[in-house]
Amino acid sequence: MYTFSSRLKTFAFALIILGAIGIAIGFFTTPQTVDEYKAKYADTHATATNHAVSSEEHSTNTEVHSVANEHGSANEHGANNDHAKHDEHLLMQAQNRPWTALYIPAIFFLLVSLCALVFYAIQRASTAGWSPVLFRVMEGVTGYIVPGSIIVLILLIISSMHGNHLFAWMYTSIDPTAENYDYAMETKDWWLNIPFFLTRSVIYVLLWIGFRHFIIKTSRAEDKATDLKPYKKNFTLSVVFLIVFLVFELFLAFDWLMSIDHHWFSQLYPFYVFASMFVSAITVIAFVTIYLRAKGFLPKVTDSHIHDLGKYMFAFSIFWTYLWFAQFMLQWYANIPEETAYLVPRLLGEYQGLFIGMLIMNFVFPILILMNSDYKKVPWFIVMAGLVILAGHYIDIFVLVSPGTVGSNWHFGIPEIGALLFFLGLFIYAVFSALTKAPLHAEKNPFMKESEIFHY
Amino acid sequence: MSSKVIHALYDDDDVLLNAVKEVKAADHHIEEVFTPFPVHGLDTAMGLERTRMGVTAFLYGLTGLAFAAWFLNLIMIQDWPQNIGGKPSFSFAENMPAFVPILFEMTVFFAAHLMVITFYMRSKIWPFKKAENPDPRTTDDKFLMEIPVEGDSTALRALLEKTGAIEINIIEKSH
Repeated sequence: MYTFSSRLKTFAFALIILGAIGIAIGFFTTPQTVDEYKAKYADTHATATNHAVSSEEHSTNTEVHSVANEHGSANEHGANNDHAKHDEHLLMQAQNRPWTALYIPAIFFLLVSLCALVFYAIQRASTAGWSPVLFRVMEGVTGYIVPGSIIVLILLIISSMHGNHLFAWMYTSIDPTAENYDYAMETKDWWLNIPFFLTRSVIYVLLWIGFRHFIIKTSRAEDKATDLKPYKKNFTLSVVFLIVFLVFELFLAFDWLMSIDHHWFSQLYPFYVFASMFVSAITVIAFVTIYLRAKGFLPKVTDSHIHDLGKYMFAFSIFWTYLWFAQFMLQWYANIPEETAYLVPRLLGEYQGLFIGMLIMNFVFPILILMNSDYKKVPWFIVMAGLVILAGHYIDIFVLVSPGTVGSNWHFGIPEIGALLFFLGLFIYAVFSALTKAPLHAEKNPFMKESEIFHY
Repeated sequence: MSSKVIHALYDDDDVLLNAVKEVKAADHHIEEVFTPFPVHGLDTAMGLERTRMGVTAFLYGLTGLAFAAWFLNLIMIQDWPQNIGGKPSFSFAENMPAFVPILFEMTVFFAAHLMVITFYMRSKIWPFKKAENPDPRTTDDKFLMEIPVEGDSTALRALLEKTGAIEINIIEKSH
């Protein structure tokens, strides 16, 4: 049995407290009025030239500019260069900042935890022989699903009650005479409306929590069982979960992430998000495994298991790049304004450094570091590569969310770091608490022997 | 000149792998092992030098990438630039995203084909070559270990029997 060491617990609590302070600073320093906004950002972003450039952008891109999270409608800015309205818009983006800072790590850690469950279910469904020694670690990493999804749900409810402007479509109208009329919503309103949105979100959360509960309950039942009944039941559960996950993750990504830029669309998007979070989840599983093994809790885990996790990190880094490029190239080639408006802030605008940087971190770096078979057997190498991969995919989610919520004035300051630390602390606490619930060695698994002698 | 070799036949890859380990532990030199399919971990158990095919694959891949880049630049940019979908046709760098699938495919194509050819050359096999296989059963479901014999072979024989060999023959091999 694993016991949550008090040092790690203290560390997790310290992260949570530090993070909470950072989040609070973010909320307290948010400008309330346009004047406050100008005073705060005068030195950095709201300079005369920058301002002129961005209003020009707004008047030329009348059709698509709400991709950058316009609170109003297209014709609000199209006809005139109303500076007061523009200032108000910038203020809203600044007010979105602490919420965005919260939303990004909340989504990131939840999806990491969820994808760890997917990885686990794949091992179960494929009756994998190499991985049973890691089953309890994977189960532990899914421990964040319950608190994580509740937090995300609360954030979404706050957004739905107009507590923030993360989702621009919540402020649009399909009435052509209304000031906030949005032509795109005429065809999307049946899906993107607040009651249905919240209903769906609750369904997702219930599905993930429910499946996790039953899969883990069956896995624990294996320890006491004298026959293979729980094992077979878990196989069925995992297969059903994988199907349900693939269907509902599509809508989850559409709703929770893609609807932030509600004028833009890409069918590939959910798979892209999945690939990003899946490789992060495998990396986190590798981290927890290496940590526990270093502490002596996983005597049966050998370098061969670490090597296999490294292979998955390598493979899914490339898979992510493949999807990234598949999405990018079609939109780049077709060059349709509605689609390219999404790429303008990311590839050409303020996010260029992050967008290109994450490509290097998520593709070039893993492919060079993790290609060699011998390197993948060295735990500290996996940790080094994993840190870069995790940072890269965190930036990925940052770039998915931020351009639609805070616009071109993005920062990575105290609120963002605070929120990241807060959720990291919570994640560590939830995961390692979950690890203490059962023996780390799932002895009764029929493939345990094969896993123990597994040798690459 | 002739030499004696011992041929030990096995009918299971796990038994064979353990046998190889035991024979190596007893300080015998294993000349060759014939198997109907690749046995995982056999090369390390036999103490073979690590294959350099990975290095060649990487180099061939680079060759393919370089060739594709040169060829695309020649046909699409220098020799006959065309206006396709209004994409910049006079700059390789700006048109690069459109070339990525071809760059990738050529990398794979070169690596795969040249590796197969290298493997044939390295293994000294070519079309119509007479098989070197000592026993046709190793192309079906049996595994054969070949060990050169010097002097008395009874101890070795006993060892092989203990490891689970189903058949042991001593063969005069002429060179």
